[in-house]
Amino acid sequence: MKYHIMNKKVMETCMTEKRRNLIGIGALLCGLIFMGLGVWRGEAAVVLQKAIRICLECIGIG
Amino acid sequence: MKKNLRLWVQICSAALTNGYILGFTKGQIYQGSTKALCVPGLNCYSCPGALASCPIGSLQAVLGSRDFRFSFYVIGFLMVVGSFFGRFICGWLCPFGLVQDLLNKIPLPQRLRFWKRNNLPGHRYLKYLKYVILIIFVLLMPLFLLDITGLGTPWFCKLICPAGTLEAGILLPLLNPTLQSAIGWLYAWKVFLLVLLIVLSIFVYRPFCKYLCPLGAIYGCFNPIALYRFQIDKSACIECHACQLACPMEIPVYESPNSMECIRCGKCRKACPTDCIHTTFERKEKKEAK
Repeated sequence: MKYHIMNKKVMETCMTEKRRNLIGIGALLCGLIFMGLGVWRGEAAVVLQKAIRICLECIGIG
Repeated sequence: MKKNLRLWVQICSAALTNGYILGFTKGQIYQGSTKALCVPGLNCYSCPGALASCPIGSLQAVLGSRDFRFSFYVIGFLMVVGSFFGRFICGWLCPFGLVQDLLNKIPLPQRLRFWKRNNLPGHRYLKYLKYVILIIFVLLMPLFLLDITGLGTPWFCKLICPAGTLEAGILLPLLNPTLQSAIGWLYAWKVFLLVLLIVLSIFVYRPFCKYLCPLGAIYGCFNPIALYRFQIDKSACIECHACQLACPMEIPVYESPNSMECIRCGKCRKACPTDCIHTTFERKEKKEAK
């Protein structure tokens, strides 16, 4: 009985960890797809245009 | 070296992300194509040395542009980094985190040591402020408060970001007389906020990361599911609370090793008398070794 309860606890922990890994990998893949989509839509160019000029807001002037 | 490994990694990361030395001497910013890429930590793209972009600044830039109402690029980047490392980035790679860490190491005279603490009073509620800042200043205001040309403003950078003031706001106006002439009340507010955070960082551990940083708020959401996580060996843990006492964020690590506040500094692991806190990467190594 004791062994059964312990085993169940271990199983639960493993399941949780497995689920966490799955969600993590899912988010990672989703992020990669998002990044590709963003580059394809031209968002990287918007970032570049903003970043190569002095950001007056960041300094506290604009 | 091994003792101060995290400090060295932080220094190297800050040096790498701000490696454009010419910018510091000329008072100009880098304009190469690497600026289309984001760095994982909070590092202002208007810092004279910055070789890449700040993810929070980039997110606001895309949301406030005429063509896009959602940023797949920056949110995708944050998802990739977050799902790999979570707030490990805050503890090990963020340049502004390094600044706060160094400030907190300043030794205080005896009569001031009484004021040194890990958290501010009201920490339980104040820690949610960063999520409010993320939603209001980083997402909603740049999206909906548009000027007459239809462009949004990066409100977090404009009103709050002390990293921008420190990295760009001090050096660039010093080296550029045109910028000096444009200084006004907003600059005074941002410098006041920076000075306040600098002073506070000497007494309180990482106040900006704990209460204000929207990037930490995003990465914190990934802490429980990030591939790099902490795991407790429950069979070895004696619940002595040594991890919680050592933790500068005061997290009960033995209960919640993947708290959204954890910056993965690793002090809990060093303090654990039974060595029962492992990382997911280590565990895999151990299993393979067996």
